[in-house]
Amino acid sequence: MMVPLDPSSKPTSQRRIAEGDTVVVYERHDAMRAVAVLPGAVLQNRFGVFRHDDWIGRPFGCKVHSAASAGGGGARGGKGKGGGFVHLLAPTPELWTLVLSHRTQILYLADISLVVSYLELVPGCLVLESGTGSGSLTTSLARAVAPHGRVCTFDFHDQRAASAREDFERNGLTSIITVAVRDIQGQGFPEEHTGAADAVFLDLPQPWLAIPSAGTMLKQDGVLCSFSPCIEQVQRACEAMRSCFTDIRTFEILLRTYEVREGGLKGATTNEESNAVPLAQKKRKLLAAAETLDVKQNSSSVMVRPCSTARGHTGYLTFARLRVHGN
Amino acid sequence: MAAIPREAWEGCSVLLDINDGDRLAFFRLTPAATVKVGNRTCSLQPLVGRPFGSLFSVGPSGLVPCADAPSSRDDTTQDAADGPSQDETRDNRSLVDNNTAQNLSSDDIEAMKRDGVSGDEIVEALIANSSTFGKKTLFSQEKYKLKKQKKYAPKVLLRRPSTRSICETYFKKSPARTGFMRVDALSLLLSMANVGPYSDVLVVDMVGGLVVGAVAERLGGTGYVCSTYLGSAASSIDIIRMYNLSSDMTTRIVQAPLSDLCSLQNSVDVSSGLNDSIQGEAQEPTAVPVENTQPSVPQPTDTAVPDEKTQSPKEQSIDIDIPEPLLDEHINQDGNSSLDSKGDEDGSSIGPKSLKAGKAPSPERMKYWSEHGFSSLIVAAPGHDVESFVADLLPLLSYSAPFAIYHQYLQPLATCMHSLQVSKMALGLQISEPWLREYQVLPSRTHPHMQMNAFGGYILSGIRIHNGDACNGSK
Repeated sequence: MMVPLDPSSKPTSQRRIAEGDTVVVYERHDAMRAVAVLPGAVLQNRFGVFRHDDWIGRPFGCKVHSAASAGGGGARGGKGKGGGFVHLLAPTPELWTLVLSHRTQILYLADISLVVSYLELVPGCLVLESGTGSGSLTTSLARAVAPHGRVCTFDFHDQRAASAREDFERNGLTSIITVAVRDIQGQGFPEEHTGAADAVFLDLPQPWLAIPSAGTMLKQDGVLCSFSPCIEQVQRACEAMRSCFTDIRTFEILLRTYEVREGGLKGATTNEESNAVPLAQKKRKLLAAAETLDVKQNSSSVMVRPCSTARGHTGYLTFARLRVHGN
Repeated sequence: MAAIPREAWEGCSVLLDINDGDRLAFFRLTPAATVKVGNRTCSLQPLVGRPFGSLFSVGPSGLVPCADAPSSRDDTTQDAADGPSQDETRDNRSLVDNNTAQNLSSDDIEAMKRDGVSGDEIVEALIANSSTFGKKTLFSQEKYKLKKQKKYAPKVLLRRPSTRSICETYFKKSPARTGFMRVDALSLLLSMANVGPYSDVLVVDMVGGLVVGAVAERLGGTGYVCSTYLGSAASSIDIIRMYNLSSDMTTRIVQAPLSDLCSLQNSVDVSSGLNDSIQGEAQEPTAVPVENTQPSVPQPTDTAVPDEKTQSPKEQSIDIDIPEPLLDEHINQDGNSSLDSKGDEDGSSIGPKSLKAGKAPSPERMKYWSEHGFSSLIVAAPGHDVESFVADLLPLLSYSAPFAIYHQYLQPLATCMHSLQVSKMALGLQISEPWLREYQVLPSRTHPHMQMNAFGGYILSGIRIHNGDACNGSK
């Protein structure tokens, strides 16, 4: 279960994979997929064929090997023990962000974590979101406000709203997330939420059209966030916020990642050693070889460098607080 | 009951933002609490019952709520934007800095103050008597006005303490105390560790309790925060007092030494079938931990003990070196007296509450965690070599549990990541560094902030995996 809604459903070492569970199949850090566990079903990938029946009863986080009897006939059968493997992980909103099918451009971990923190969400809050998109942020919002809070998310695209609703249902989040089809830019948020929302999140092409409505939804000192890729959108949104919002701040957050490997750096003395070897007597050769080995061992260390590729821009995040009326 | 309290109440912790971030300080709203703004000491009583987000000015009798429109800088900006565009073409070619622009002398200003003229009126008088104000660009006029307002008409904003504002305040005032952890790094830690309802989060917090408080706020009274520490002296988690945690949230913050958690784990592994033995072991945490009584099983834990002992003095020195400099010295005295006053008046309710945080977990809870594992792990030990104890912490997690390790230096995380890769205890390992840029967005004046904090720390994240017999068999 993506977000535990009662203590018995929380993931622990004792919990086993059961029929109907969603597991994240981890092949490599950039190759994962979400799979629903069904009796009799099989998963095929480049590492082999995996039977779901073999997964049921195993703990999350285990390593599973492909079925030996499948694949390339006799030759593969003979090498059954050498079959590929994958890891089965319990789903989390972070893993879901990496594996979900993209129906729209989505927010990623750095933006999502800043949004949840700056909206000051805690269990029990009510959050309004538009648009739903692929549901990447919605799942993290649900985790932040569960078990008693609510996320009301709106999208003006019928099919995307239906697909998102299916995803939330599959992940067991229907008691927290409600999905509605509504054009927030044209109609505003529904009046039933007036003055009830702790936070509002907008990911819309024209957020300035929705900001007055967002203002009427929020409790005093509630927080609004608008996500826009272009600075012109931000300017118009900030202009629309000035009338009833304060503490308006715009951020951009990016994540740089590093790769780690073990290796050695060549020293100047190594060349001298190699040059000296042919000229030395037999005894000196042995000494030289030993010294070379020592040098190599000493120079081996853990080295780290930034990854060459990184996401250069996702969007600007603008946060604002509903102004509190004095006197 | 609302999830977030929207009004200040007596005895609560508040964050006061004086003059748009020029000064930030935490206060507890007790009857005797005061704040010094400029030369004047004001009682905090007018803040009780006011909604968070209220703005106050300093009047003759103390803090006074501001009316809406004139107080807002945003309104000023809007008025400026409405000005004729022709004015915006002015420049500074005719302005000379000869110190004769202001016709009011300092004696005149002092006389106005003595006569009880309000700060806003002083600002208006200064503008009227400035011979160059009319020649300035609108932007320069706005800057001039804001500067005078901060001096003669200071504003005090009543802010609710939250993870966001507490982290930002400490990062601004005393970043070394919280290991130079920026708010976006703390946000990432909480997300990467999947902190959510009913989580049991294992925390190594050597940043004053900032992480413990943030996790407790996210849990909202569900799940537990188990703050563990190395050696026998518990790490300070005083910052959690800044959060207004409910008693339910506070009682779910427990502290236990890492040696106890590891020894219990080992005893379960060795004699999982003997319930009596387990219960006997479980009783240890309730007593004062004594190193000698620990089982002498030849485990890596035992070899780590000398290192932990060596590190203990370092921890203590860290705490000693950085007392809470957040409060000014004068106000610190008030703070002390207010704390005493709080003890006197609300001893029955607040005293026990403060004592509840950081208790040792119950034997049943310890047994549960040794069998089921923790839901996630967060390590914030910016002064330590994390590799030495992360290997002890990971077996305490559930399978498929995420963890996140924060450090201010890159090399300790690289070494730790490499050792985790070699030992195959985890996968999805990733070292990340957040980069956060803030923008000024105003009409025709949009640009990134000229000054930014260029460093927010590094985070190593991953997921613990199951290393079962099947895996060994296949090898």
